[in-house]
Amino acid sequence: MNMTGIFTISRRRSIRMKKLLFAVLLSLPLLSGCTKSGNEIRIGEFGSLTGNDATFGLSTNKGIRLAIDEANEKGGIKGKKIKLITLDDQGRDTEAVQVVTRLITQENVVAVLGEVASSRSKAAAPIAQEYKIPMITPSSTNPEVTKIGDYIFRVCFIDPFQGFVMAKFATENLKVKKAAILRDVKNDYSVGLADVFISEIKKMGGEIVADLSYQAGDVDFKAQLTQIRSKNPDAIFIPGYYTEVGLIAQQTRDLGIKVPLLGGDGWDSSKLSEIGKEAIDGSYFSNHYTSESTDPVVQDFIKRFQAKYGDTPDGLAAMGYDAARILLLAMERAPEIKPNLIRDEIAKTKDFAGATGKISINENRDAVKSAVVVQVQGKINKFVTTIHP
Amino acid sequence: MQDFVQHLVNGLSLGSIYALIALGYTMVYGILQMINFAHSDVYMVGAFAAYYAAKWLGIENQPGLMSLATLLVVSMVICAILGLTIERFAYRPLRKAPKLNILITAIGVSLFLQYSGQLIFGADPKVFPEVMTDLTLLQWGNLSLRSSDITVLIVALIAMVGLHFLIHHTKIGRAMRAVSQNSSVAAMLGVNPDRIIAMTFVVGSSLAGVGSVLVGMKYPKIEPLMGMMIGLKAFVAAVLGGIGSVPGAVLGGLLMGLSEEMVVAYLSSTYRDALAFGILIVILLFKPAGLLGRYQVEKV
Repeated sequence: MNMTGIFTISRRRSIRMKKLLFAVLLSLPLLSGCTKSGNEIRIGEFGSLTGNDATFGLSTNKGIRLAIDEANEKGGIKGKKIKLITLDDQGRDTEAVQVVTRLITQENVVAVLGEVASSRSKAAAPIAQEYKIPMITPSSTNPEVTKIGDYIFRVCFIDPFQGFVMAKFATENLKVKKAAILRDVKNDYSVGLADVFISEIKKMGGEIVADLSYQAGDVDFKAQLTQIRSKNPDAIFIPGYYTEVGLIAQQTRDLGIKVPLLGGDGWDSSKLSEIGKEAIDGSYFSNHYTSESTDPVVQDFIKRFQAKYGDTPDGLAAMGYDAARILLLAMERAPEIKPNLIRDEIAKTKDFAGATGKISINENRDAVKSAVVVQVQGKINKFVTTIHP
Repeated sequence: MQDFVQHLVNGLSLGSIYALIALGYTMVYGILQMINFAHSDVYMVGAFAAYYAAKWLGIENQPGLMSLATLLVVSMVICAILGLTIERFAYRPLRKAPKLNILITAIGVSLFLQYSGQLIFGADPKVFPEVMTDLTLLQWGNLSLRSSDITVLIVALIAMVGLHFLIHHTKIGRAMRAVSQNSSVAAMLGVNPDRIIAMTFVVGSSLAGVGSVLVGMKYPKIEPLMGMMIGLKAFVAAVLGGIGSVPGAVLGGLLMGLSEEMVVAYLSSTYRDALAFGILIVILLFKPAGLLGRYQVEKV
């Protein structure tokens, strides 16, 4: 055997080895896809576990996990265990699209739960619709979200209702005649809510004296607030998220503006009072739920939540819990675990007694339910009133 | 009228923050003719250093001069060390390379710091401890002047005067000017350019440290990407004032803050940044070297 022979053999072998290795590498994702699904039901969740509004995603995730763990303890659904796959979208629209695509195409989930922020739900919903996978958003209130398609649901009220609630509360309870607006222009939720609030206030005989904007990530709002101060409003409506609202509250009080601040469910975070400190005390916002409710369903939920995590659930955790429960009940009722059958059952949800009140899904795939108005008092959000649709 | 004065106060107070950070950009540019994009992220690290130091020392809720001094020192030292490290390991090996390489490296270092920050500190915003009680110094009708508004302005002005003195009236300042004019000739005459450049980074970065604590006091929300927008604006402020010029950086910063404020006050809050930057473009059309930018003369 001469040297060239050895050389050719070993080279041929090495090429074959490389080909084999390449084939193995390519088939790895396929293999993992096969082995995981079997006698379990896979549900996907996407949310902002990190990023500017991380507490939204983290709270929702706690609620969803509670619902799924409880179902698994009772033996799962149709004898199968439920597996939750949670992916982080870092609070970014583009990332939301990617993780939902991954949940559906690689993780083979039968349904998707998420997001809190309307912008991100809107970004991801077309993907779920395209693959015909039912998606339930726990707390995206912008009306456009569920209009994307017949596979997109929500278990919360929509902004027109939330805007109506705050306008009604401002006019009737606080006797506001002149209101000012400070909205986050980059945020669908904030812009939509501000528009509704304005038209409702005008219908109720009030006046809008200033309508200004900021952008998420800004830290200085004094220019806008100084202008608002010169208009002497009775209240300022700030339909933004808690990080900016905390800073806005501080700067409002620095400038000597003493009128109440009003907001929506985007304020619902323990970080609000950490950032805003005493400046935010006494302000009001509309929310999905209050931990002070005397409803036994709510108290029971709070007890189980505290037993598992050691803290009181906020509104977003309660919404996450309800979204997951509605999905699980729909799966239970569906004749088979197939995305289209689950979709049909979610649409039939009626008078579900959840932690956030009685939920019925209407023909627009939106939830019909009442809202509460709470007042910030340090770490506690004190219940003020309930407003029905 | 009162509103106009209030807008003036707000604008100057915002502008002095830009000024403080712009000083760091302008110093490094003056000596190396490079834009240190990582400067704004050094500033971010300074804010987190102060945050963790306050937690660790248990002075989160003890506002007072002692706490302020401690946090300033911690933040300055950490920033100086970080600036020195970046210069030593990222920029010095590229000293002889084309300018573009070092610029891209600076962007790389900036992204590296931002995303390491997200990994280490977590991406959710943290609440900066209350270091000094914010007092109302003056209340005239509607107009209110807060202590936090003028602290930053005063510190920025002191830093400007101090830097000016350092550059024009000390031995090390003379060496800095020599290196900035011609580093190889300076080296022949006994100046060690590497040491002088390292020194510049130490001074510039500790200014970022001062800025981070003062801004943290004023806007108590810190997160790993906090340097991005403020850094961009400070950089533009430095260019506007004439990059390389120390008084120019302060002037540019103040103008930047004022134009932002006035745009919101009298034009539109939605197009704030677009209009504010637009004004600056117009100024640069007429003064391409920046307001105080003179070639070769005022270089640090």
